[in-house]
Amino acid sequence: MLNRTAETVARATPEPLARKVRGISDKGLAWLFISPTILLLLAINIFPLFWAIYLSFTNYRANRPNEVVKNLGFANYQRILGDQDIWIAMQTTAHFVFWTILLQTLIGFTLAWLIDRKFRGHAFWTTLILVPMMLSPAVVGNFWRFLYEPQIGLFSYVISFASGIPPTSIQMLSNVSLAPWSIIIVDTWMWTPYVMLICLAGLRSIPEYIYEAAEVDRASNWRQFWSITLPMALPFIMLAVLFRGIENFKMFDMVNLLTGGGPGSTTEVASITLKRQAFESWRTGYSSAFAIILFVAVFGLANIYVKALNKVKQR
Amino acid sequence: MSLTTAHSVVAPSANSKRIAGAIIIAYALVSIVPLLWIFATSFKTPPDSIAYPPKIVFQPSIEGYCNLFTTRTRQTPEYINSLGPATGFCDETVRKRNMVIAGPSNFLPRFVNSLIIAFGSTFCAVFLGTLSAYGFSRFKVPLADDLLFFILSTRFMPPIAVAIPIYLMYRELGLSDTALGMILLYTAVNVSLAVWLLKGFIDEIPREYEEAAMIDGYTRLQAFWRTVLPQATTGIAATAIFCLIFAWNEYAFAALLTSGTAQTAPPFIPTIIGEGGQDWPAVAAGTTIFLVPILVFTILLRKQLLRGITFGAVRK
Repeated sequence: MLNRTAETVARATPEPLARKVRGISDKGLAWLFISPTILLLLAINIFPLFWAIYLSFTNYRANRPNEVVKNLGFANYQRILGDQDIWIAMQTTAHFVFWTILLQTLIGFTLAWLIDRKFRGHAFWTTLILVPMMLSPAVVGNFWRFLYEPQIGLFSYVISFASGIPPTSIQMLSNVSLAPWSIIIVDTWMWTPYVMLICLAGLRSIPEYIYEAAEVDRASNWRQFWSITLPMALPFIMLAVLFRGIENFKMFDMVNLLTGGGPGSTTEVASITLKRQAFESWRTGYSSAFAIILFVAVFGLANIYVKALNKVKQR
Repeated sequence: MSLTTAHSVVAPSANSKRIAGAIIIAYALVSIVPLLWIFATSFKTPPDSIAYPPKIVFQPSIEGYCNLFTTRTRQTPEYINSLGPATGFCDETVRKRNMVIAGPSNFLPRFVNSLIIAFGSTFCAVFLGTLSAYGFSRFKVPLADDLLFFILSTRFMPPIAVAIPIYLMYRELGLSDTALGMILLYTAVNVSLAVWLLKGFIDEIPREYEEAAMIDGYTRLQAFWRTVLPQATTGIAATAIFCLIFAWNEYAFAALLTSGTAQTAPPFIPTIIGEGGQDWPAVAAGTTIFLVPILVFTILLRKQLLRGITFGAVRK
């Protein structure tokens, strides 16, 4: 109400007078405030993006800057779509994303649901659970290498102690079938708290009177869970899933330090392939094309993510 | 929660609370073990750290911290005996392993780089973010939603994909391996978070305050400075801590774009090696020193955490 009144008054004021009173006009101030951010993003994000698009059509190699650059048209893109290694990397990424999200959502939601019982001291234990997600994935991932060491590593020791498997045969990082699970375990350990925190917000957003009404109608606990709790918390769960999906799709630091993509290429997720092509084989043009393809994929996901954000905001 | 909830039909029973509490506490304890193990390993001697079975009870030693901050060379016992008395605990420990301290390691300069780059980029991101957030919150900006989406979407770009052209651009501009280059890059990544978070915080401050100030003769700029900023302090502080944590933890850009003078701690810590492989107590010591600030920040932030990790979408 007051807003509108102020605006009417402002509009009624003759233009030169308004300018004198306010110094800079509102429109000018808006652009003055917003443009530095936009300019920075144009310089550091958009300009390089266009450069990468240009490079993706060439055979440029960053380690041979003086060589003549040839225009290849769409050849790089065609080669990527037919490249066996790229498809294997995409499958590895999909495996990683699928299992981390499934585990994190199941464990995270269960934890949130239990914390929502509000037992004594729940705030303290919740904060403690949240700690891993705030830490540097690189620094912590590096340390997990030590926990995974056969015999001397704590993780391997505990597993062999619990299962009776000889400690030397638990080679989490060098066994071809265990290595993909080693990165899934660390990621789940780190990011389950993230999903938990968002689910908790979802559960707390459900008004109590709905449960009271259900109780009056003698709905069973099971029924209440499936027809009230889960559907009402779903937008929040989706938000967490989408965000983890985007983050894990571009996962680099933790995997790079834990396995470096190995053994062989069993844990070579898309970002690791990209790094190997761009900064080890120096196929700059080819890797730029791959980068652009990843961009488009993440952008699609981000678009959905922002829509989901706005939906949650309306609650 | 009022007292009446105890009698509410939907309140969880005492028994279910007890079971929930037990499971949560068990999970919290298990998930904290790796971190406790890092801390414990940093106080082990190298032989203790690789003992089988892993040692839970051990004689604490600060050898890991000594090794973290120094470089050492192996010498003959005769040479070591010919030296004067040891000048401190680290000197003594190192000599027992037939080595002498050759000089300081790179850890301290890398740690200082992390501090400079994290604080520098946080300051810039929060400064730019506050201005833009105010702009988006208070003025009718054409295409505001598209601009906001554009700002947010830059956050989702895969870091390696961004690093390829940035690497070439910085090489041309002479920004490779400089603190300035890293500050610019981290500012660009963090400003998106800063704008989204701060817009939420500023939206919550009633416009009436500024309008009253302007009626009193303040210009828009003065009103922003004297009424909006003081009320947004909590939001600005929370945003700053989130930016700080990101810049502090970041690894991909740092590993690809810095190699020497501007290298930060995350790419450096994994490279700490001793004789015959990784010096795990030294790595653990570096990791501990590196993680402690984040632990403090997490505790400070716990009320704003949800907001920060969802770009301001979910508020408690």
